[in-house]
Amino acid sequence: MSLLELDDLVVRYGAVEALKGVSLTVEEGEIVTLLGANGAGKTTTLRTISGLLRPSRGAITFDGQPLKNIPAHEVAAMGLRHVPEGRRVFPQMSIVENLEMGAYRDRKHLKVDMERVFGLFPRLAERQKQDGGTLSGGEQQMLAIGRALMGRPRVLLLDEPSMGLAPLVVQTIFQIIGEINADGVTVLLVEQNAAQALRRASRGYVLETGTIAMQGEASALLQDDRIRQVYLGESTGDEAQAG
Amino acid sequence: MAFADQFWQLTVTGLVIGSVYAVIALGYTLVYGVLQLINFAHSEVFMFGAFGGVFATRALLPSGNISATESIGLVLLGLGIGALCGGLAAFALERTAYRPLRRRGAPRLAYLISAIGASLFASNLAGKEFGRDSVNIPKDLFDYNTQVFSVFGARVSKQDLVVFVVALALLLLLDRLVSGTRLGQGIRSVAQDSDTASLMGVNVERIIVMTFVLGGLLAGAGGFLYAMKFNASFTMGFIPGVKAFTAAVLGGIGNVRGAVLGGIVLGLVENYGQFFLGAQNLDVVAFLVLVLILLVRPSGLLGERLGRAA
Repeated sequence: MSLLELDDLVVRYGAVEALKGVSLTVEEGEIVTLLGANGAGKTTTLRTISGLLRPSRGAITFDGQPLKNIPAHEVAAMGLRHVPEGRRVFPQMSIVENLEMGAYRDRKHLKVDMERVFGLFPRLAERQKQDGGTLSGGEQQMLAIGRALMGRPRVLLLDEPSMGLAPLVVQTIFQIIGEINADGVTVLLVEQNAAQALRRASRGYVLETGTIAMQGEASALLQDDRIRQVYLGESTGDEAQAG
Repeated sequence: MAFADQFWQLTVTGLVIGSVYAVIALGYTLVYGVLQLINFAHSEVFMFGAFGGVFATRALLPSGNISATESIGLVLLGLGIGALCGGLAAFALERTAYRPLRRRGAPRLAYLISAIGASLFASNLAGKEFGRDSVNIPKDLFDYNTQVFSVFGARVSKQDLVVFVVALALLLLLDRLVSGTRLGQGIRSVAQDSDTASLMGVNVERIIVMTFVLGGLLAGAGGFLYAMKFNASFTMGFIPGVKAFTAAVLGGIGNVRGAVLGGIVLGLVENYGQFFLGAQNLDVVAFLVLVLILLVRPSGLLGERLGRAA
């Protein structure tokens, strides 16, 4: 049995079907990436898994338990943590307070876990009292990931962790994601940066307008001509003109 | 009489009433912080708290002479029961007037109409149940008007002192709660980003209820304090309610310390203002202040947001 399973998930915003029957699985210990253009339904997928959106059809199973009607705060308590698009750190809370929020339900391991997060992200340790809203994009991303780790998750849902960050910072973030995964945390990674994501992941899915258009081993997807053209930007001469 | 002669007396009166405005204003600002909703029925929560406290002290007042300990105990009891009634009223209000709308994703205007409806209902219910005449706190509870001390010639009565000290204690307590407890952190997280708060495991619905109840406890205790000075009646909520709302806007709605500052400033300004415009224009001054802030600095003295110490 897979750790996380989506089966024929349909999500509507009013009359618009954002997801039109999405099925995917994530095995324990994997990094699985979900690729796709803007508006393909990647964020919708994550928000539905974490309970922020209600599907109108289909099933979500986490560790054998159905998630469909469980509210977001309970899903978080079950060990499934969502790092939302745009980081969403609490702007008027300090780094320490943001991290405390990650352990809102269970503060037993607060000290140990905070030390661990500071170990992963020394940048955060240096500015513990600083407000979340005053951090750089990269620091906010680190804080958002660290905050999710404070909940001791079994699965991390990461929504575009590289968005808007400098290449060097992107490298760091992806490296940390690798380390977190090596510690036993399963990762479902939504990315626009397909090359980086596929290099880290074991498998990948490609979403196009609310349906899974392609899926497979990450190494195979990296070699796929269509993926290379559309998502890796390795197209013909057109790109140079457009760029 | 020159303003300078009256200055200190006006300041004392302003601080005392301003601290009560501040206590009530917190309820507006807390609820606005988490829901971006002005709870216009908050004035009725205040009124129920006042009645609760007044009736409790009337019922429990021993006949004959009352000792100092009994007197203090009864005041505390009145405060406690007032707070409890306010908390219950706020809880009931959230359940009946707001939650059903939230469940259905109603537009903002619907909340406003619901609030006004709930306010009219609650006020008239109180008029029917508690009578149309005002009810006072027993005269024998303590000797209200005895002067305790004077500052620069301004007399401070025992009543002034009790009201101010209790209000100040409530304000400090609330500030500690919001900035230093897990519940407070939950409230701030919902105010800053409720979706993300729920991703952290915060039960947002529960926080909303707790926020209403917290505001209600304060308003109820504030109602008892207000009733000590001005008696309780079924229409008593409106004027202090609008003034506390003004105080919240003046300080920056959604900002806890702003509400405290706004309450104190409003209390002072309306008392200085009435010296120049006449006592009959006391309320006019308060609403003039509201209009002026909305024109000049709509985000208030300290700005919006349930910020850091919130």
